[in-house]
Amino acid sequence: MQRQELFSHLDALEAEAIYIIREVAAECENPVMLYSIGKDSSVMLHLALKAFYPEKPPFPFLHIDTTWKFKEMIEFRNRIAEEKGIEMLVYTNEEGVRQGMNPFDHGASYTDIMKTQALKQALEMYGFTAAFGGGRRDEEKSRAKERIFSFRSREQAWDPKNQRPEMWRLYNTQIHKGESIRIFPLSNWTENDIWQYIAREQIEIVPLYFAKKRPVVYRDGNIIMVDDERMRLLPGEKIQQKSVRFRTLGCYPLTGGVESKADTLEEIVKETLSAVSSERTSRVIDHEAAGSMERRKREGYF
Amino acid sequence: MKLREAWNGARERGIFRMNGLLKFITCGSVDDGKSTLIGHMLYDAKLLFVDQEKALELDSRIGSREGRIDYSLLLDGLMAEREQGITIDVAYRYFTTEKRSFIVADTPGHEEYTRNMAVGASFADLAVILVDASQGVRLQTKRHARICALMGIQYFLFAVNKMDLAGYSQGEYQKIEKEIKKLAIDLELEHVKVIPVSATEGDNVTKHSIHMPWSQGQTLLEYLETVNVDADTDEQGFVMPIQRVCRPNADFRGFQGQVASGQVVIGDEVKILPSGEKAGVQSILTADKTADNAKKGQPVTIKLDREVDVSRGCVLVKGAELKVSNMFTALLLWMDDTKLAQGKNFLIKLGTKMLPATVMTIKHKVDIQSGEDIAASRLQKNEIALCDIRLSEKAVFDTFSGHKDMGCFIFIDRVTNMTSACGVILHSLRRAENLTWQKLDITREFRARQMGQKPVTLWFTGLSGSGKSVLANEVEKALSIQGKHTMLLDGDNVRMGLNQNLGFEEKDRIENIRRTAEVAKLMNDAGLIVLTAFISPYRSDRKRAREIIGEENFIEIYVSTPLEECEKRDVKGLYKKARKGEIPNFTGVSSPYEKPDNPEMMVDTSKKPLEECVERVLDTVNRHMGQKDR
Repeated sequence: MQRQELFSHLDALEAEAIYIIREVAAECENPVMLYSIGKDSSVMLHLALKAFYPEKPPFPFLHIDTTWKFKEMIEFRNRIAEEKGIEMLVYTNEEGVRQGMNPFDHGASYTDIMKTQALKQALEMYGFTAAFGGGRRDEEKSRAKERIFSFRSREQAWDPKNQRPEMWRLYNTQIHKGESIRIFPLSNWTENDIWQYIAREQIEIVPLYFAKKRPVVYRDGNIIMVDDERMRLLPGEKIQQKSVRFRTLGCYPLTGGVESKADTLEEIVKETLSAVSSERTSRVIDHEAAGSMERRKREGYF
Repeated sequence: MKLREAWNGARERGIFRMNGLLKFITCGSVDDGKSTLIGHMLYDAKLLFVDQEKALELDSRIGSREGRIDYSLLLDGLMAEREQGITIDVAYRYFTTEKRSFIVADTPGHEEYTRNMAVGASFADLAVILVDASQGVRLQTKRHARICALMGIQYFLFAVNKMDLAGYSQGEYQKIEKEIKKLAIDLELEHVKVIPVSATEGDNVTKHSIHMPWSQGQTLLEYLETVNVDADTDEQGFVMPIQRVCRPNADFRGFQGQVASGQVVIGDEVKILPSGEKAGVQSILTADKTADNAKKGQPVTIKLDREVDVSRGCVLVKGAELKVSNMFTALLLWMDDTKLAQGKNFLIKLGTKMLPATVMTIKHKVDIQSGEDIAASRLQKNEIALCDIRLSEKAVFDTFSGHKDMGCFIFIDRVTNMTSACGVILHSLRRAENLTWQKLDITREFRARQMGQKPVTLWFTGLSGSGKSVLANEVEKALSIQGKHTMLLDGDNVRMGLNQNLGFEEKDRIENIRRTAEVAKLMNDAGLIVLTAFISPYRSDRKRAREIIGEENFIEIYVSTPLEECEKRDVKGLYKKARKGEIPNFTGVSSPYEKPDNPEMMVDTSKKPLEECVERVLDTVNRHMGQKDR
């Protein structure tokens, strides 16, 4: 019998991810799974539940809450944690909140303080030595070269030129005190694989991924949803009701939606297959300059 | 949400295609046009997102290639690489066609990046090797093919590129094809395909070439879409290395892992290695679903019908002949910046097992281009060698050709934690299997009791002239006065007897320390308190000594007298000679001393009078004997 007949590419990707997740649980001292509430996190959580069944995942989940996430995301997070019976840690950079950090006034430094710094603080506070992330190599060029097991120095920086060779399925999880590993079990998945897998496995995702009439404004070529009263309107901007969906989820003022009528997975996949722009174009922070992601990763962005 | 219905409906209409997956690697040098080839394939197949395409055209304008689209920019991701215009690390690309999903590992071609190519090759089922039509098969072509074959690839596609520059000449192509066939025979490559292409012009990439009517075979993409890389596997029987034991409650104890070969069915009797115990398979979960059987590649949880001693690193087998031994011969690819010397100790990861291992002998290097054997006692980065490896205890493995997953391993440096080497096992060594540990009636504990003491080893380390020998000597005297039975092993003295055949190069220094540690252990076994006074400059050697002697019996005493002071003393006149260059590899002068990270104690003989130093050592020893006793 040939493997091709037995296994689809989704089976192969699933098996690889489960193997990785189990290796980390078996070898790493204090792992955590980052949970961003997005579709990739939903897939990763689903894989973790499968990997250890009938046991629950032997590590907690961590959400970095910037306080600017969509309301629906937070509701979804709380309900899923409850339903799946997993330990969900939520961390917010309170110092940043006190300083009134917000995506309108502080731009790039907002992302740094409320996401990158918050993550560093949380990992340090709990003493996590290994953190799963949902990053995929098809998202961005510098990620395409990152190992599945990616090392972070004591300063949590990534050194792209000195990555450990990763051979076969023999992952090296040895670290010194103070160092940590980021693990990306979805490295080899594409956006389309994620959608197909969500459909096949009937994984529940935040409703924001499906098109619905939502209150939005058009700003600098992006469609921004007005999720609460903190949204500041610029002169001349009008709130409109449009049928939109989101390809990625994050802080609502920084997340661009797309006009769409796709309210089923099938239609989303159809749109994805014929997509004319890659996923990250809807993330406002990626546009600054070519190589900006690599620079931020070196500084400790996930 | 009616997901299931949506899914079924979509499946019927063919929206969610369930393809197989092919992982392949592309090899070639900077100028062979490998990134261009893959870039072109993605571009032709309309697999580029429009915004990436725009960025590409923009980048091309900045680049030097006359404003034409430079497909390779799509693949060369890291900033450093763009600046240097080469591919340093492995980049992974993903695309899907009507027939298949693909993962491409794009790897650098330079010799200095051999290890990066090996990373890509270890991941792939097939290699696409670029050959420049104007150059033919070159040394580097051979090197690339050799690395891919070493890492276990069985399917090779040679793309003879730049046919446009060779005038699309059939004669030129046939000449190169003949060279490739010869290479395939030399390297014993089984499945070889050769296709003439032009990556920049797109001939035979995804479309049949109009310029080469004489080549009527498949295009590159057609071949990749249809080749069956699972056609012949020689792997016998069921094998599953255990990743972890799953124990949600007292009633359930399951063994989790991924099936490495064959299949298992409920009711099968499986053997647990290394113990050899047998048990029946009671239930199987494939991921979270109950199943009657599980096949190669599937993640499973297996419950056995009786209580057996199974932990991570054990292997479940049925109808598979694996080896249980502590020695084997392997081909090793050295990947670290430092050099490898015989006798060096590592952590080895083999399947799901991790344990200490030693490179006993480097038999010879293998020239990575020509394949010739070259005598060598050390290895540099990117070199391949045949080595004998000894494990600290018996473990389960197989030859790489027998069971791929059980025949490959990595070495992890014990100090830096770097992945220093990878290797494939060629055969197990019988010697090890024929030696068994003789059990003795009079035990170590018995002898220790008779002497009324706890045998430990005081390991003094420090520079020449730091006062190790003097201090050890005084400590021994003091212990004797307390009625203890002791033995002092002094570096110089041991070198004049037991170790007189050893010199001062790295491999001999490693062996010097290993023998001393083994002797210290025997003397501890005999009930004695041992003191050793050796410079023992390398952290990894002391770590190994600690392992041989046993953590609970090992007291590392770092005599930290500073170099200037040692040199000022220069009791034996050695520093003077070393400074004049008369003694090569002299620790502190022309060879490094690696300070202990975490010694049980530190003592500087230049700061305190000798009596006080002795007192402090005795305090530490007494405290440790007490502590480690409990």
